[in-house]
Amino acid sequence: MHNQTLAQLSAGLAAGDYSSVELTRHFLSRIEQLDPAYNSFITVTAEAALTSAIAADEQRARGEVHPLCGVPIAHKDIFCTDGVRTSCGSKMLDNFVPPYDATVVANFAAAGAVVLGKTNMDEFAMGSSNETSWYGPVKNPWNTGLVPGGSSGGSAAAVAARLVPAATATDTGGSIRQPAALCGITGLKPTYGRVSRWGMIAFASSLDQGGPLARSAEDAALMLNVMASFDPKDSTCVDREVPDYTAGLNDSIAGLRIGIPKEYFDPGLNSGTEGAVRDALAQFEAMGATLHDISLPHSALSVPAYYVIAPAEASANLSRFDGVRYGYRCADPVDLRDLYMRTRAEGFGDEVKRRILVGAYCLSAGYYDAYYKKAQQVRRLIKQDFVEAFKSVDLVMGPTCPNPAFAFGSKGDNPVAMYLEDIYTIATNLAGLPGMSVPCGTVDGLPVGLQMIGNYFDEARMLNVGHRFQQVTDWHNRTPEGINP
Amino acid sequence: MTIERADIEKLAELARVQISEDNIAATSRSLGNVLALVDQLQAVDTRDIAPMSHPLDTTQRLRADEVTEPDHRLAFQKIAPAIEDGLYLVPRVID
Repeated sequence: MHNQTLAQLSAGLAAGDYSSVELTRHFLSRIEQLDPAYNSFITVTAEAALTSAIAADEQRARGEVHPLCGVPIAHKDIFCTDGVRTSCGSKMLDNFVPPYDATVVANFAAAGAVVLGKTNMDEFAMGSSNETSWYGPVKNPWNTGLVPGGSSGGSAAAVAARLVPAATATDTGGSIRQPAALCGITGLKPTYGRVSRWGMIAFASSLDQGGPLARSAEDAALMLNVMASFDPKDSTCVDREVPDYTAGLNDSIAGLRIGIPKEYFDPGLNSGTEGAVRDALAQFEAMGATLHDISLPHSALSVPAYYVIAPAEASANLSRFDGVRYGYRCADPVDLRDLYMRTRAEGFGDEVKRRILVGAYCLSAGYYDAYYKKAQQVRRLIKQDFVEAFKSVDLVMGPTCPNPAFAFGSKGDNPVAMYLEDIYTIATNLAGLPGMSVPCGTVDGLPVGLQMIGNYFDEARMLNVGHRFQQVTDWHNRTPEGINP
Repeated sequence: MTIERADIEKLAELARVQISEDNIAATSRSLGNVLALVDQLQAVDTRDIAPMSHPLDTTQRLRADEVTEPDHRLAFQKIAPAIEDGLYLVPRVID
């Protein structure tokens, strides 16, 4: 059962091949058996999952249900779940049990999906390797000596190891696409505003966006159908009709104009990764698409601009963790200042503290114009590059990341080495555009991701293109060794 | 790029994050690395470019001024580190 896609599981439930309870038990036992090697879950909600599975089976027996009714999924531990600890990968929230559900969580509950648990992640979604999680790093199922990517590494590893058919995730600078690439699965970061951020713990509010991690583009479409909604509770959520993302999956892609930015094939790109991406592009050409050389001249500035804007927003967002209303509080504070200073020093990990300090620096008196305003101006230049490009092409394609999965600890002491792993993904967050990663080959047995960047709200086209690619390739069906004991 | 000890101390105060004596040198070094990265922005000509704070050109939505949420105080206080008589407890601020 665990090698079936979400679409197949949904059909299997509808045909009565198995019940949701059987499915749920099967995945729960896989998690129990295999996850100690991957550490992809922070919390497993076995009892609640079985209760929802029983309810889903009853609902299905009564008649018409949502396609995902009774299908097991998992939520990244950044989405608030009523009554279930939501840690955001941090000691600060190790004891935090939210009194409400995030809108994304409520949407899946309304569909009747069964939640197996909450997945591991970099602390407050700040990281590209899952090494910053307070609960220990997630291991890549393709090679447990390597990182799964981040920050949604737990969701990606769980899907890759077939511990869950699909999972929710979030992407602020590449946190859906980069782990999808490194774990050989499909991930989609929708247009900013497409998925509600309500109840999704904030890192950088103008960049954060929820999206799915799944086995295939078709499964990602099924997930996005549930995740995307207009939510009056999120003032940045866009009031725009949500299409059925599965409707156009089989449309022809003949005549599709694909832009190939020369900046995404720079000397920093691993040659094996480049080869796999070029092969995929040739495949699209064979399917009737046309390739066009384009330039996104401000690409190289996306990492520097991001590391002003994201930390600045984070330093403001994370000021709420003060040890007063919820979360961690230091022992025996002598006064209020001591309470704040020690609670935050002890509750946050090194990377989170670093970004708070960088944010505070960039926003402080005398530096605001030189850093924050400057970065916002560069952000507009980066967006303009894409606006220009989409005048002549339908999609932009390139690698998701410069290298396949790397070893734990291999980025050393300089945080910038890790930041540069997100060089191809960050610009889409700054521009607010949708981005997707699909498996397109391997380097030394490790998965490589092809990135597609679409125009605003063009997720359906990206899913269509991804699906057609997956009809003629089998990279998305490859599984790591040892996941079928 | 060098960040002086005084800068680190000021930032720690602004951000309300205590930095231990042992960590000042390492913090200074890693902040210096990040700021050297972001300093690449200084070379860009951004004259007449309007700062962009939000990816979509949206305006703030307004809603009718109606009560839509019930009182959640009990639920919220259940997860607080310290409360008494419906109040959040912190160390004494005024003697």
